[in-house]
Amino acid sequence: MRIDGKGLIDRSKPLSFSFDGKSYRGFAGDTVASALLANEVKLMGRSFKYHRPRGALTAGSEEPNALITVGKGAQQDPNVRATVQELYEGLVTRSQNAWPSLDFDVMAVNDLAAPFLGAGFYYKTFMWPKKFWEAVYEPIIRNAAGLGALGGATNEDDYERAYAYCDLLVIGAGPTGLMAALTAARSGADVILADEDAVMGGRLNAETGKIGHQSGAAWAAEVLAELGAMDNVRLMTRTTVTGAYDGGMYGALERVNHHTGKRGGGAPMETFWRISTKQAILAAGAIERPVAFRNNDRPGIMTASAVRSYLNRWGVSPGKSVTVFGNNDDAHRTALDLSAAGVRVAALIDSRHDAAIEGADFPVYTGAEVCNTGGRKELESITIRTTSGEQSIQTDCLAMSGGWNPTVHLTCHMNGRPTWRPDIQAFVPTEGMIPDMTVAGACNGTFSTHGCLQDGAEAAKTALAALGKKPADVALPEAEDAPYTLSPLWAVAGKGRAWLDFQNDVSVKDVKQAATENFRSVEHMKRYTTQGMATDQGKNSNVGALAVLADATGRGIPETGTTTFRPPYSPVAIAAMGAGAQGKGFAPQRMTTSHKASLRMNAPMIEAGLWYRPSYFPKSGETNWRQSCDREVGYVRNAVGVCDVSTLGKIDIQGPDAAALLDFCYTNMFSTLKEGRVRYGLMLREDGYVLDDGTCARLGENHYVMTTTTAAAGLVMRHLDFVTQCLHPEWQVSFTSVTEQWAQFAVAGPKSRELLNRLLETEIDNESWPFMACGPAKISGVDGRLFRISFSGEHAYEVAVPARYGAALFDLLVERANQMGGGAYGMEALNVLRIEKGFLTHAEIEGRATAFDIGMQGMMSQKKDFIGKTMAARPGLVDEDRPQLVGLKPVGAVKKLTAGAQLYPQGADAVANNLEGHISSVGFSPDVGTFIGMGFLKRGRDRMGEVIRMVDHVRGLETDVEVCNTVFVDQEGERVRG
Amino acid sequence: MLKCATQSLSIKKGSGYVVELKAKTPFEGTLPLTIGQAKLTELDVGHLTSLSPLGDEKAMATALEKAHGMALPKPNRSTGKEGARCIWFGRGEALLMGPAPDASLYKHGAVVDISDAWSVALLEGPAADDVLARLVPADLRDSQFKRGHSIRTQVFHMAASITRLGPEKFMILVFRSMAGTLVHDLKAAMAAVASRG
Repeated sequence: MRIDGKGLIDRSKPLSFSFDGKSYRGFAGDTVASALLANEVKLMGRSFKYHRPRGALTAGSEEPNALITVGKGAQQDPNVRATVQELYEGLVTRSQNAWPSLDFDVMAVNDLAAPFLGAGFYYKTFMWPKKFWEAVYEPIIRNAAGLGALGGATNEDDYERAYAYCDLLVIGAGPTGLMAALTAARSGADVILADEDAVMGGRLNAETGKIGHQSGAAWAAEVLAELGAMDNVRLMTRTTVTGAYDGGMYGALERVNHHTGKRGGGAPMETFWRISTKQAILAAGAIERPVAFRNNDRPGIMTASAVRSYLNRWGVSPGKSVTVFGNNDDAHRTALDLSAAGVRVAALIDSRHDAAIEGADFPVYTGAEVCNTGGRKELESITIRTTSGEQSIQTDCLAMSGGWNPTVHLTCHMNGRPTWRPDIQAFVPTEGMIPDMTVAGACNGTFSTHGCLQDGAEAAKTALAALGKKPADVALPEAEDAPYTLSPLWAVAGKGRAWLDFQNDVSVKDVKQAATENFRSVEHMKRYTTQGMATDQGKNSNVGALAVLADATGRGIPETGTTTFRPPYSPVAIAAMGAGAQGKGFAPQRMTTSHKASLRMNAPMIEAGLWYRPSYFPKSGETNWRQSCDREVGYVRNAVGVCDVSTLGKIDIQGPDAAALLDFCYTNMFSTLKEGRVRYGLMLREDGYVLDDGTCARLGENHYVMTTTTAAAGLVMRHLDFVTQCLHPEWQVSFTSVTEQWAQFAVAGPKSRELLNRLLETEIDNESWPFMACGPAKISGVDGRLFRISFSGEHAYEVAVPARYGAALFDLLVERANQMGGGAYGMEALNVLRIEKGFLTHAEIEGRATAFDIGMQGMMSQKKDFIGKTMAARPGLVDEDRPQLVGLKPVGAVKKLTAGAQLYPQGADAVANNLEGHISSVGFSPDVGTFIGMGFLKRGRDRMGEVIRMVDHVRGLETDVEVCNTVFVDQEGERVRG
Repeated sequence: MLKCATQSLSIKKGSGYVVELKAKTPFEGTLPLTIGQAKLTELDVGHLTSLSPLGDEKAMATALEKAHGMALPKPNRSTGKEGARCIWFGRGEALLMGPAPDASLYKHGAVVDISDAWSVALLEGPAADDVLARLVPADLRDSQFKRGHSIRTQVFHMAASITRLGPEKFMILVFRSMAGTLVHDLKAAMAAVASRG
């Protein structure tokens, strides 16, 4: 119920929203949980395993119970904490894990079967028969258990990633964080203050204590106004720092539009930030822990601080008659605040016999414990046990407190372990677990407001000293400094199920059972019981569970230790971490200058690395790609074809040691290459395998242009970097990628020279421009380069012009080729043409092939050293039994060959033991009239003419193939010199 | 409009053909683009020349100073001004932007014309730094990355060079073939930033 005059909500802005199809009203500033409680809805979800009715346990991000699904269809967002989800007009929410309804859930029958479903039940029960696990048991169990679900359709919502940098990152904006940020900001540091809440201030917004002359919330607002006006401060609300990483890097998740109805138009739902900082202050506060007692999970039972939060921040009393139960003084505030607000307090129960409370106008029981509760879908009564026996109290809300756990999570993200402090019965961060991080305030075990303010200021001074900045003098305002006293109370003795982990339905009994079965290590107990393994990662239950384990195993809590804290602190959508990388954002798209022309010619584009290249250029009347491909092969063999080869890597190499670099990187000699000539070269990796191949042109005495294959351009560049930086830093040589500078086109075929001569300023002939000649050339008035090289075995050239002219030159070349009975050709034709000639691509030199394998051992110069030379001579790399490159053609009727198919001897079974090689490339050769291929075959070079089996297990194909020479067309190599 | 973009060449061949190669700019048809408080335009900076001193770096520096009136930039810095600028472009490399390289430079190292290898864009406006914070894993705060500072970094997945030209002005270079992706990525970031109002 709503309490008049209380809370930070904006009552002038009423909002309507729905939960499970029913419409409710709340106010701006409400969360779904506070608004539902204001509407007296306490039942918000069903538990994971037993489908027990559950309501909000907390008022923050640690909430285990009140998980809801927000939105519908593709955009639906499951497992959203109702305590975090802010209200907006028209918000649609619903409950999860209940069928047919939250109110009447059939699966609640699980709860009756609970005696059989304890920890380890699945492991013991579903062992037999073994194969039933995956097919039968697991699907049934998964269906019965579980939380929310995704919509099943692609979510078009936008998410975002971003980077931020600062001198000081302050994590948490409670009294500690605010004081730290204020001190650091006034001292001139570049500060980011991040807080997971929509309103900064932390507990100050939920307590009634004063700071100086004003309320805590008013003081927080004043500090925030000052910080917000400073240029050196960035306030990041709704931003959870989720992880601490090396080098002062923190991950953080900002909820950008979950609190608005805004969708689409690029508006991100969440932003995943990477914040790089020199110093950090962790002021993440503490989380109140529940007490385990029988049936402590009924809707209406929540932590004492949550009840105060609902009352003071949202103006809501979660009950009409509230009972408070705790083991510490802090819990008393809840009773006092409620009473002052006019809410009936049924009783204050303190487990300590010596507890003292002043100003109580309600019944107080000291030395008493709550040992059971009544009610089904909401709390109706509790049973308390005192020295004089048990008695029942009618109440519809129980506020409980077992003490506070400092939020140590981030400090443990680099595998540190926290330290046990017996005086506060809690783990605190061990100093120095995260470099350059100072921990302050409640998350360091300081629980008074005064202490937190002081801690914050001190932490800022520590950080400022590290930053080399002089701290500004910031006066510490006055605030309460009550001591925090408690006596440990983890679980109230008694029968029945006392819940520890509410989200995964783990009880005290389960933990004891684990210990009994010898899962005594905390990590084993965790996995056996699933304690702390739910989406809340046991934020309010882990310490309680290990205290119970410690008790059951007769060890102390520090000896028992904690499980491992891992990022993220609270759930992060994968969509946020991978933001921007869907669709076109997956990888850059590299477009050639002829891209638009290819699309205009209806060419289907294929990806080659990041490049897009045309497969073929269909003509009207052609019904499949083979017809187009055959036609394009014909252009090159009979007239002239034009192909964009700009994607090949081009590296400009200059300097007095350029030749030395090339001699060192290629297996063959380049220092002897004449100026104005091109040579084919082979490069090995350091391990002796082939790295890449390509041509290299000598443009001047100390000037070369190396070409690489499209896919290996970056690889070769890196290789050259390695060689010149690590192996020969003394060499005077530099290299520059000019891949993108030049648009380069292959003009291939018997009529290629005729075509070019119509465009070149100076005509060429076989004398002036023989095979493997290169040099500057003016084409259509543009200064370009001309290379007489061939990847088709035909008389061919490659002509290069600055990229700005690429589109125009491609159009011109294609137009002229068309007039001469030729035209553009794509990758399919290029592939057929090179297979017909036995030329290699990375289908052959795929990283496992040696020069020996591809028959190029003769190119490994004996006169010089080169990278990979020694390693390539290892016996295993020149073993005659290695698969060697051969040509392959089908035997008999026209059969299809497939790349990737495997090769076996004739008559042998197609099994791994008999495997002798594989096919690397295939194509249909119009010249040969059948499919032809290249492949690697054991001792292949000695087996010319032999017929072997090709089996494609994947496509279900089989044919006999004949081993042959890799050159199918123009074996003498005459045409290329024509 | 760019001089190089409109330049077209026509020559007459003996056979009587009139041939014309029309130049295109990397961003042709995709820029300018304004979303919210950020504006993206294509920049015509003239010639782009890669300078890699070989041997004594000072000799190249002196020649550059003499011929073009600017120093050879130190790592992460640029020299010169609008129209004739030199930016650090990686280890042992500087990028001369604007004038055609003077012949004297060739004696002191590798001088490579890469005018057509890069696309050059200008991102400006009050939201420019927020837009880049979505894509660039580098500290571009104006206190750290001042006017004239230059960095080789990434724009999302692409290798890039970024130089701050003013309080709200950044010059971005990516490979020419990736101009479309640069526009795609920046457009998404600009829209996301603009959506925050």
